[in-house]
Amino acid sequence: MQTSTELTYDSKIEGDVVVTRVDAALNWFRKNSLWPMPMGLACCAIELMAAGASRFDISRFGSEVMRFSPRQSDVMIVAGTVTYKMALALRRIYDQMAEPKWVIAMGACASTGGMYRSYAVLQGVDQIVPVDVYVAGCPPRPEALLDALIKLQGKIEKQPVLKELEISSVRGPKPGEKVGAA
Amino acid sequence: MSALDLALKLTAQFGALPSAPLEFRGEVTLRLTDAERIAEICSFAKASLGFDYLVDISSVDNYGSDPRWTVVYELYGYGHRCHLRLKTDVSEEKSELPTVTTVWRGADWHEREIYDMMGIRFRGHPDLRRILMWEGYPYFPLRKDFPLAGKPTELPDVAFTKTAPLEGGPFVTLPGGKTAVEREPRVRTPES
Repeated sequence: MQTSTELTYDSKIEGDVVVTRVDAALNWFRKNSLWPMPMGLACCAIELMAAGASRFDISRFGSEVMRFSPRQSDVMIVAGTVTYKMALALRRIYDQMAEPKWVIAMGACASTGGMYRSYAVLQGVDQIVPVDVYVAGCPPRPEALLDALIKLQGKIEKQPVLKELEISSVRGPKPGEKVGAA
Repeated sequence: MSALDLALKLTAQFGALPSAPLEFRGEVTLRLTDAERIAEICSFAKASLGFDYLVDISSVDNYGSDPRWTVVYELYGYGHRCHLRLKTDVSEEKSELPTVTTVWRGADWHEREIYDMMGIRFRGHPDLRRILMWEGYPYFPLRKDFPLAGKPTELPDVAFTKTAPLEGGPFVTLPGGKTAVEREPRVRTPES
């Protein structure tokens, strides 16, 4: 089902009116205002800060504020090594985020446990939260994080928003039909 | 006023309890025969000898020999700028020492870490609980019989751990190879 629409807009022809689908408009709003919840745990947090600073500005992509409150953020960027002890707190913070929410696993430690194959390190944050984009690197360059953000925006653009709302609220999913994770 | 003089003063005060000072490359170590009196010795060291800074407390697992634990106290004094090391042995059956938090407050977290990683308890500690692993974790990770990859635990309401995949590692370089391929084998077998 085609759910993404190119927004072509020529003000000489259309004036100030843009014709689009609701899905496309909602996805456009969501993807261009992804406020990150920075779960900056270790060294990747430095590169996350660098991505937020002026040289590799992350607010160009809509992530204007690093909201440290889970209630007000959209995407959780897990930047750094997740120990088992921190995993408890991380899961709790993920649960407190409001839908729709996404997760970027930044760096080797968040993706797979990195170089720490030991008793104390969670081997990948995807064991406790569903991850949308993984970023490789130790630490990844800020441009790599921005690339991950762009890929996430591409993923959000294709999400069927209204179909999910219809499925979850009106009739419930048909057997075998997957209600996509928001 | 060198570290050796201070160590000799301590020996003079306590007699047979500390051994003769061992000096190696400018570092002075005293071995204590009775671990129970560590707090007394430390408070004398702080009050009279001027060792007002506890640099570190660490523990050694002498796996296979008795006594199993050696606890090492590193002392330093800002006034005389001398270091001193005190070592005590604790057997595994006992696994307990008096705390030195009454002497230096900074010993608090050092002793909590030793308790968390090795399992040595400190009598009189104000808040002896795990610091790096979570409360309720059943093992002591830095003991020599605990594997690096960890052991699986499944504790409801507390936390879980799984064995980490080592893939033949840990990947340590072997010295003396001419090429990097020789020096860093993908899988290190115990014989090589």
